[in-house]
Amino acid sequence: MTTVARFSIDCHRVLDADGRVVGAMPAFGDDRALVAALYRSMVLTRTFDAKAVSLQRTGRLGTYASSLGQEAVGAALGSAMRPTDILLPSFREQGAMLARGVTMTEILGYWGGDERGSDFAGPRDDFPVCVPVGSHAPHAAGVALAFQLGGEDRVAVCVLGDGATSKGDTYEAMNFAGVRKLPVVFVANNNQWAISVPRAAQSAAATLAQKAIAAGFHGEQVDGNDVIAMKDRLDGALAAARSGEGPVLVEALTYRLSDHTTADDAGRYRDDAEVSARWKSEPIARLRRYMTDRSWWSKADEEGLLADCGTAVEAAAAEYLALAAPPPAHMFDYLHETLPAAFADQRAALLSETEPADAGTARGDG
Amino acid sequence: MPARRAAMVEVTLVDAVRLALGRAMAEDDKVLVLGEDVGVDGGVFRATEGLFATFGADRVIDTPLSEALFTGLAVGLAAQGFRPVVEFQFMGFMAPAIDQVMAHASRIRTRTRGRLSCPIVLRAPYGGGIGAPEHHSESFEAMFAHIPGARVVIPSSPAHAYGLLLAAIRDPDPVVFLEPKRRYRAQKQTIEDDGRALPLDMCFVLREGGGLTFVTWGAMVAEVLSVADTLAAEGIDAAVIDVATLKPLDAATILESVAVTGRCVIVHEAPLSGGWGAEIAARLADEGLVSLLAPIKRVAGYDTVMPLPRLEHLYLPGESRIMAAARQVLSY
Repeated sequence: MTTVARFSIDCHRVLDADGRVVGAMPAFGDDRALVAALYRSMVLTRTFDAKAVSLQRTGRLGTYASSLGQEAVGAALGSAMRPTDILLPSFREQGAMLARGVTMTEILGYWGGDERGSDFAGPRDDFPVCVPVGSHAPHAAGVALAFQLGGEDRVAVCVLGDGATSKGDTYEAMNFAGVRKLPVVFVANNNQWAISVPRAAQSAAATLAQKAIAAGFHGEQVDGNDVIAMKDRLDGALAAARSGEGPVLVEALTYRLSDHTTADDAGRYRDDAEVSARWKSEPIARLRRYMTDRSWWSKADEEGLLADCGTAVEAAAAEYLALAAPPPAHMFDYLHETLPAAFADQRAALLSETEPADAGTARGDG
Repeated sequence: MPARRAAMVEVTLVDAVRLALGRAMAEDDKVLVLGEDVGVDGGVFRATEGLFATFGADRVIDTPLSEALFTGLAVGLAAQGFRPVVEFQFMGFMAPAIDQVMAHASRIRTRTRGRLSCPIVLRAPYGGGIGAPEHHSESFEAMFAHIPGARVVIPSSPAHAYGLLLAAIRDPDPVVFLEPKRRYRAQKQTIEDDGRALPLDMCFVLREGGGLTFVTWGAMVAEVLSVADTLAAEGIDAAVIDVATLKPLDAATILESVAVTGRCVIVHEAPLSGGWGAEIAARLADEGLVSLLAPIKRVAGYDTVMPLPRLEHLYLPGESRIMAAARQVLSY
């Protein structure tokens, strides 16, 4: 017998749950402004999620998937990615989307039932939210193939959940990315629960990161609630992908403190005690501890930030609530580049049912 | 393009597909071909033969054996400005790709309000009649035609394959392009490789006639034309309409013909129930009822699993079934 392959998976962590430094601190850990920016990004995401859930609870938003407790992943992605890179998010990555420049009003618009919410004014090449789990992984490989063929210095970043790692799409995309050494980073945001299915029932593999090994590239675990470690490892993964070393799979170990979505009641399948225990390792408090230990962050800073985030979120919510419904004609006007003559009658029938005032007649009128 | 006159060439349908691919790749370097064995091997039906040698590994890309993957790859490539033409080896293996077409390719323009689009072509040999193994003979064009935002185009001859495939590749939205493989080498036509596309979204009236309207597509066109010849010898002029673009459907051309003939037989090899013939029949009932002098008849595959080769000749609508339906409609 000869052993022909071996592998090991490392797990990276810099800050423990109490904000103490337990790993090698990257250089940016001393950059007070950068660390504060990561903190701000996480707090904004949490404030935004809370507002979105409250809008849903009061009947002013559709079903919404909060990222409560997972804010470090998005903040780190936003910091690690370049504007020219492309994000392909799952439906729980509003933190990363916000950090990329998607507006809160756009995100609320999408979850409030308006396609215009995915016509991002900021990151024009980023993909919209992907609802069918894992089906965007092949798109990330395709985008990365486009970068490779064009000799572009860009990276595609696909964020998916622990459940998505059970999908063939995800593996097919990783497999091809490995074959072609594509500039793509897969981030498995392992929040331990796929609605009611716990991580242990999702896969017998000891880690999700090791799924990269089968596809022939590097995979690693990171404490996904440690934004310092997340940014550090994502910086490295993006640099490797950008320089032609091929893809990387980063398994971010997080925990979904919220229900799956506002349509879910996690109390039906999950012990409150487990959730309470996990609150002790959420990402925001630990970074705050790190900053306050260094006298970088005062009570006034905290209050000021919370007030700023609250103001920004309320302004976005007000803007969202004031949005007129999209023009009905848009249903047809964006179906194809030019509406086929065969559908002209259906478009006219739709418009005849709507008030002339909001019927809309051409693109760009919304 | 230079005004140089292109050579006339005598080609089969599969040759025409290859010519159109080569022409499209030569005129637009964003056009890529991808799929299984499309490179050095030239594809299982040789539809991409020679393209790898001409355009290289960055333009003719062999993928792993994963249909959902390469359909999704095309979505990602298209979002970044490429125009991928994806080859499926057989339509029977397109099922894993339906998710990508339904969930993404057909709706990314709508979903992003035009910010991203998906100019891709999904090519597949389809239909029976060549004695192929299980899963190699299916016709489920109606499943794609039911998806809003997707075009479904089916050529019936070498000239149509050339012109419609060029149109499909140049179209800014996703096109499912189904090639009747029974006709791949059944007929030669002289065409000019001049890069001229044929129009999408319209039927082709292959034969004018006042006594009866046949509506059909794909491999069935040849069968129907033969039946029309037989009827002509009896003094009955049958119109033959090749639908070509199933979705969006050019119902106007069909209605116009039926307004003259009052009689219509729809022929397709896909199973009867829920086949695209049902949509055409519904449109005739809805908008052409006053013209009808007889019930609309559909001649189609049975609502059975596509049989293996020993029985497929009984499954596929042949001239006798088509003729029987025509006589029934004519005698009504």
